Amino acid sequence: MEVDPVVEPILKVEGIHTFIGKHHILQGVSFEVHPGKVTVLLGRNGAGKSTTLRSIMGLLPPSQGTIQLKNRTIQGLKPYEISRLGIGFVPEDRGIYNLLTVEENFRVAMLQEDGKTREMMETVFEIFPDLKKFWKTMAGNLSGGQKQMLAIARPLVNRNELLLIDEPSKGLAPIIIDHLIDSINKLKEITVMILVEQNFYMASSLGNDFYLFDDGRTVYHGQMEELVQNEKLKKKYLGISGTN
Amino acid sequence: MNSPWKRWLPTLIVLAIFLLPLLLISPKTYITLTISGLAMGMLLFLVASGFSLIFGFLSVLNLAHGALFTWGAYIGFTSFSLINQWTGWGGSDSIFLNIIIFLLALIIAGLLVALLGIITERIVIRPVYGSHLFQIFITVGAMIVMEELIRIVWGPNDEVMPVPIKFMGSWDLFDVVVSKYPLIAIVIGLILYLTLFMILRKTKIGTIVRAGVENPEMVQVMGHNIYRYFTGVFAAGSALAAIGGGMWATFVKSIHPAMGGEVIVFALIVAIIGGLGSMTGSVVGALLVGLSYNYVAYLVPKAALGITMLLLVIILSIRPTGLFPEGT
Repeated sequence: MEVDPVVEPILKVEGIHTFIGKHHILQGVSFEVHPGKVTVLLGRNGAGKSTTLRSIMGLLPPSQGTIQLKNRTIQGLKPYEISRLGIGFVPEDRGIYNLLTVEENFRVAMLQEDGKTREMMETVFEIFPDLKKFWKTMAGNLSGGQKQMLAIARPLVNRNELLLIDEPSKGLAPIIIDHLIDSINKLKEITVMILVEQNFYMASSLGNDFYLFDDGRTVYHGQMEELVQNEKLKKKYLGISGTN
Repeated sequence: MNSPWKRWLPTLIVLAIFLLPLLLISPKTYITLTISGLAMGMLLFLVASGFSLIFGFLSVLNLAHGALFTWGAYIGFTSFSLINQWTGWGGSDSIFLNIIIFLLALIIAGLLVALLGIITERIVIRPVYGSHLFQIFITVGAMIVMEELIRIVWGPNDEVMPVPIKFMGSWDLFDVVVSKYPLIAIVIGLILYLTLFMILRKTKIGTIVRAGVENPEMVQVMGHNIYRYFTGVFAAGSALAAIGGGMWATFVKSIHPAMGGEVIVFALIVAIIGGLGSMTGSVVGALLVGLSYNYVAYLVPKAALGITMLLLVIILSIRPTGLFPEGT
């Protein structure tokens, strides 16, 4: 159940508390993200998973606790400063610019436009070939799956070390989800990921480590294989049985 | 109402506004009124585009925009008067020197009001980002303060706006009287529109601003300092208001401290008709308002302002988000 203690975590979140207005949403969230792994945050609706990602990005700054990216404290920094430290974010609503073309969406995401960025773009096109095909298309005209691919691919152009993805399977057909799982699996070689996901099939297909959330707290963590086998835990915190 | 009808109705409204007056007005008067309406439209575009851009990008309802317009008119007035005192270019027979002094006055007004805009954004607007109610209170307060400062600096009375000598009078083209300045205003307005359009379409800064109009939060999480862009857009919007103020003052040949309050009503109507945040929407909305106002002012003077309100109601009932909600 313990996460490998030898490897230094890339991200360390310790006891964060976050308020939205007067509502005390996060009441002590702690977890670690290790290099080369996909960490999945799981829990019922309203458990605080998305708020955790927004707190890491500085969009909902925590009032207590610490967030460290490679031993550097990042809470209190502005969202654009956090992003520039190497964290990419894909929000639940995908956050793509519907009125901009696919190319323009990438241009906004690119902090530098140099040889390395062009190299990265080639890698992105290999993983998401549809994006090259629809390069000059308005993003609003893409299908749901293509929009999600654009949302995930955009932050990669800056060679971010950590990618936070919120509910990538939301609103997508099962066949598209399978396609998306294949694509995200290929991303494991490029970046470390934190995934918030309600679809347990997707979460278990991609995740290495998991953290269970309940009422704004992290209540349990371990390796994904363990959770797949543990029906009691799945029923208690996720309300599911089997793999779906 | 079915959707093809809904889709075409705005075009029909544009055509109706443009062509129906021909049934009631003689062709010569129609051409004169059309040029005057297009000029008024272009001047309104300058004010409305800044207002619309600020609302679209910063989500700030800047009711002090009219005061920035007035400051532009007064700074333009002073700059023109001072440069003319030193050089006499305003009274020169050379159209080139007339254009230079006019543009210099507009540039000075634009730059100084952009600076005033930066100060306003930093001190007045920044603390109330995200709260429209407080924005209304605080920008109305800022408008009052700015207008009172004008009364302190320039006095409470109307001033006669100096006009370059070659901009005055009219041309007689095939028995149609065409005033000179409205044509100049149309050309300058078009140049500014195309410049803005190209900046927004072709530059990276423009692309980021368009992205910010759609989703400012994502601009931040992509590593861009949104507040720097907020300040830049506010300064650009203020400069546009100032240039509009200087050009409007030259159009009506007078300035007074409350002139911004009158124009901001038109700017608001234009920005809403066009679609908040859209430059093309601003220019189309402004031309519609300018043309309909001029035609109706000739036919039924008392109904001139009312027709712009009617236009607003009709367009919003068909397209609640304006004619060009898709931006740029």
